[in-house]
Amino acid sequence: QKTKSNFFDKITKAVAGKSTVDEEVLDNLEEALMTADVGVDTTIEIIERIEQRVARDKYVGTGELNRILQEEIEAMLVDSTDNAHKDFSVPKKPYIILVVGVNGVGKTTTIGKLAYNYKKAGNNVILGAADTFRAAAVDQLTIWSERVDVPIVKQAMGSDPASVAFDTVQSAVAKDVDVAIIDTAGRLHNKVHLMEELSKIKRVMKKVIPDAPHEVLLVLDGSTGQNALEQAKQFMQATEVTALAITKLDGTAKGGVVLSITNQLKIPVKFIGVGEKMDDLLIFDKHEFVDTLFSLER
Amino acid sequence: MFNSLSERLEGAFKNLKGEAKISDLNIANTVKDIRRALIDADVNYKIAKEFTDKVKDKALGEKVLNAISPGQLMVKIVRDELTELMGGTEANFNSSGNPAVILIAGLQGSGKTTFSGKLANYLKTKKGKAPLLVAADIYRPAAIDQLTVLANQIGVEVYAERDNKDAVAIAQNAINEAKTKNKNVVIIDTAGRLAIDETMMTEVANIKNAVNPTEILFVVDSMTGQDAVNTAKAFNDRLNFSGVVLTKLDGDTRGGAALSIKYTVQKPIKFVSSGEKMETLDVFYPDRMAQRILGMGDIVSLVEKA
Ligand SMILES: Nc1nc2c(ncn2[C@@H]2O[C@H](COP(=O)(O)OP(=O)(O)OP(=O)(O)O)[C@@H](O)[C@H]2O)c(=O)[nH]1
Ligand SMILES: Nc1nc2c(ncn2[C@@H]2O[C@H](COP(=O)(O)OP(=O)(O)OP(=O)(O)O)[C@@H](O)[C@H]2O)c(=O)[nH]1
Ligand SMILES: [Mg+2]
Ligand SMILES: [Mg+2]
Repeated sequence: QKTKSNFFDKITKAVAGKSTVDEEVLDNLEEALMTADVGVDTTIEIIERIEQRVARDKYVGTGELNRILQEEIEAMLVDSTDNAHKDFSVPKKPYIILVVGVNGVGKTTTIGKLAYNYKKAGNNVILGAADTFRAAAVDQLTIWSERVDVPIVKQAMGSDPASVAFDTVQSAVAKDVDVAIIDTAGRLHNKVHLMEELSKIKRVMKKVIPDAPHEVLLVLDGSTGQNALEQAKQFMQATEVTALAITKLDGTAKGGVVLSITNQLKIPVKFIGVGEKMDDLLIFDKHEFVDTLFSLER
Repeated sequence: MFNSLSERLEGAFKNLKGEAKISDLNIANTVKDIRRALIDADVNYKIAKEFTDKVKDKALGEKVLNAISPGQLMVKIVRDELTELMGGTEANFNSSGNPAVILIAGLQGSGKTTFSGKLANYLKTKKGKAPLLVAADIYRPAAIDQLTVLANQIGVEVYAERDNKDAVAIAQNAINEAKTKNKNVVIIDTAGRLAIDETMMTEVANIKNAVNPTEILFVVDSMTGQDAVNTAKAFNDRLNFSGVVLTKLDGDTRGGAALSIKYTVQKPIKFVSSGEKMETLDVFYPDRMAQRILGMGDIVSLVEKA
């Protein structure tokens, strides 16, 4: 549990008895944001917004400042247009989710957690093991499918991932399931041929269901720094990412780079990973996220 | 960012010529730009500050000779400082002993298992060793299978106990196995763990105490952001590791975490991992890393053109 001793307390001390936002407050703000991986440009943008708001609204006191800060930062986090994910209901049937991201961020684990939650909400779920590349990737997803007790579509290691994705979507239709979640191999966004492979996976799925995949979930490791922005841009280009999941936020990393990503690319964050077990998935909450962004202690 | 940095490095000094000296006045913005470039490269905020303060001290009073522009001089100072910081202690990797015991540790998904395979391959093919890979990750689904697949690719044996839930005992048993099978290097792959997970940190500390490793390598994803400092410090406090492995350098990250870690724990970076194939293991070049962090390639070529 993150402690209550947070940045807002620090700010309160820094401005106590003062009538304007002074250098010291802004320095503290800069430090808090940058050490949370918010990055230089976005930090400067936030500070400028605060300065403008304070000038316009006539800054009154520390309580006000805290509220303004929360508001301005929350405004950078785009809301998702639908709320179906919040109760794991399905907007259409079969609902096809394609999960993508760089190596080791937590794609397969997140799929296990999603399957668990969708199933718990009363849906029939099927998994597709389209990571046919990484050592024992199919075995790993198979163990998750057994844990959650949902069927899995798979082929031999080394087979064409697009073919597995195709089979999975077809099987989802044939078996009349509610949700199909497809795993893909981790790939660094600067590897052109691997990114093209993703585009192909997506194209092939459309042969079965023209508007599939309905969700392309980009998984980002919460401890990643500024490179996450480049990841999001490149995956967006290759697959039109529709939502983000941020993992490993049970650690001490804050995942602040998400601010820049959603601000620039307008992709909503839907899920947060907070552990390795199947119930360690949370629905993203703006307010809580901004709050923990500033928590000073572990 | 980096183009504008190199431009600003030049621009900031355009009025400074000949015998003039770098002064407090003409350096302030430049130092700020360098600091921002470092933070954008994921160097820890506080370390970036300390580093640029040091650079500033070095630069102040330096005479700008006709042969060298102030911009070039600053680039040189930054690069030299960064290279020195990244290098430092000689990065020897010790695989002597019978068997030598190498313990691998780090956060979840950082690349430990892949690196374990690569290291075994390297020691086998380049150093003529007989490695034994040990599957001491008893948590991650299919962790043993993953290590086994990699081991088969490189023709190395794996020691695993599928029903044993005691990672310490597995590691100990593996060493006995190595002795009976004449394996002279034991590489222990452990589960990923968070630095704040007490139980898991105690487990890896217990493994260390039980097997008395020759080398303890901390494996870290080169894309890590500001938190690299906390994590490296926490692992070092518990394990006093002997070296760092930087992974996924085949990406396009600037890799500032490398600087933060080096600065914080003062341990050498012994290997870099740059790919998913078993051959993609490299020794570490401090100067290359220094240039990568600052995007110096761009800056230096720009300055050289001028
Ligand atoms: N602490 C923590 N660990 C996580 C979380 N999500 C995933 N992990 C761990 O991170 C490691 C990598 O997770 P995977 O699901 O295999 O990641 P991936 O993206 O599928 O990896 P590749 O397929 O190899 O690219 C595993 O050890 C997971 O248990 C999380 O939210 N918190
Ligand atoms: N591109 C690239 N991928 C890498 C590199 N090192 C590891 N990987 C990939 O990163 C992912 C995670 O690697 P693992 O070796 O499973 O990481 P780990 O630290 O053992 O993970 P856990 O055991 O779950 O904590 C896999 O997809 C690997 O193939 C590297 O240097 N470059
Ligand atoms: Mg995976
Ligand atoms: Mg592993």
